[in-house]
Amino acid sequence: MAFYVSRLSLGLELRRLGCKTMRCSGVDCRSSSSTSTTLAPRSLADDGKTDKLGRREKKNLMMSESVDKPDLNLRFKYPEMFPEPFMIWRNPVKEKLERKDMLARRNCISIPEFYVGSVLRVNLSNIHQPDKVSSFVGICIERKETGLRASITLRNVIDNLGVEIKLELYDPRLLKIEVLRLERRLDPHLRYLRDAPPEYSTFPLDMKPDINRSDEVPLNRIKVKLNPRPWTENWHKIEYKGIDESIDDLITNKWKARRELLRKPWEKYDLMKTYRATLPEEEMEEILTEIKDDVEEHDRKHSRRQS
Amino acid sequence: MWHSLSRIFTMSVLVNLVNTATSCSTVLWRGFHTSPACHRLQKLSRLRVVDNSELGKQAMLEGKPPRIIQVYNKNGIGTTGDIVLCAIKGLKKKGVIVGVKAQQPVLLPRTDSNNVVLIEDNGTPLGTRIVVPVPSCLRTILKKKTHAKGADYTKVLSIATRFV
Repeated sequence: MAFYVSRLSLGLELRRLGCKTMRCSGVDCRSSSSTSTTLAPRSLADDGKTDKLGRREKKNLMMSESVDKPDLNLRFKYPEMFPEPFMIWRNPVKEKLERKDMLARRNCISIPEFYVGSVLRVNLSNIHQPDKVSSFVGICIERKETGLRASITLRNVIDNLGVEIKLELYDPRLLKIEVLRLERRLDPHLRYLRDAPPEYSTFPLDMKPDINRSDEVPLNRIKVKLNPRPWTENWHKIEYKGIDESIDDLITNKWKARRELLRKPWEKYDLMKTYRATLPEEEMEEILTEIKDDVEEHDRKHSRRQS
Repeated sequence: MWHSLSRIFTMSVLVNLVNTATSCSTVLWRGFHTSPACHRLQKLSRLRVVDNSELGKQAMLEGKPPRIIQVYNKNGIGTTGDIVLCAIKGLKKKGVIVGVKAQQPVLLPRTDSNNVVLIEDNGTPLGTRIVVPVPSCLRTILKKKTHAKGADYTKVLSIATRFV
């Protein structure tokens, strides 16, 4: 607890220094698995009644709530629009130009809302098969990078052989992206499907779209049973929510002890780590207000074209 | 390379164990490699034969998949479409790599095993069918490698059943 308090005071210190980012929502803007925002710094500041800073915070909140703000949950819908929050890589001009180009591309083709764990069909123009449209169906196991180089990895088991294709979302060779099953999974990536039995990643190539038109995207809580070792990565080291507990039978006692040593339960209280890993809420709002009108218009246009 | 070799060796021993002593219910895995798996296809890497040739099928069933003993390119590391010389059941056979495990550039497929199709020296495949999907980029690559006086590698494409 003392550790936690000291971290909190560090956070307040930062705010006093004029750092505007302490209202960051405490969630990695790229992880689609967590929708509920844990506003740890803000709620704790509210508890401190005698704290001047806390009162000022409340006032600010009151003022900001009166203004019409964009829905921050939209950041899960367009994750590639938000830059990675590493200061060394940031370049505001480049980001703005890239957003402009991305919106221009979104005007041409529909890039729908999908998450890691959704099943997609992509149509591509293939230089190796001219005057033919090649298509690939697969589950999205990874969503990487942001900006124009945003990429996804699709995986499917075809004729008992696991095949993966990495695609860039804003690649002009992409003709169409269609969501066949819209759902989320428990983990930020599903690379562990490579070491799971084929039934977890087998999808028929002529799969029909199966989307329930409700507001909320369903969360698939399936637990994947892994094959015995050897694996492509050490899946036991990080606690993946989507991996079944039977993984404990596949590793030795020595490994289990090592896993206990590697565990870092205090990391979720590390405010500085959260601060470094998240984009400030203000910046997210800025980007959302910038892209809001355009993406809404594109969505309307593409849905009209489909119907 | 040592760990991959040792792994391959252990694997073949395991397969043999399973084949010979079926009464043994569990075979323990003794992993003694300390570095991540090397996905490079170089000399002495094992491959999986994916055509229906008798030679390839027998070698795979015996748990003695072919080994690369030469990669016919400049850097000695095989990728999709490269021609390799394989040691299979005491014979030397040429083969075309039609699927690799290693990370691939955008839009090129990556498969879960390193696949090979066995061919004769003149490019005629030993089998009559490829049982797994093959990358469509093979069309361009093999066409480029085929010359009028050399081997005709495009015959491999004609026995493929599905392209991805």
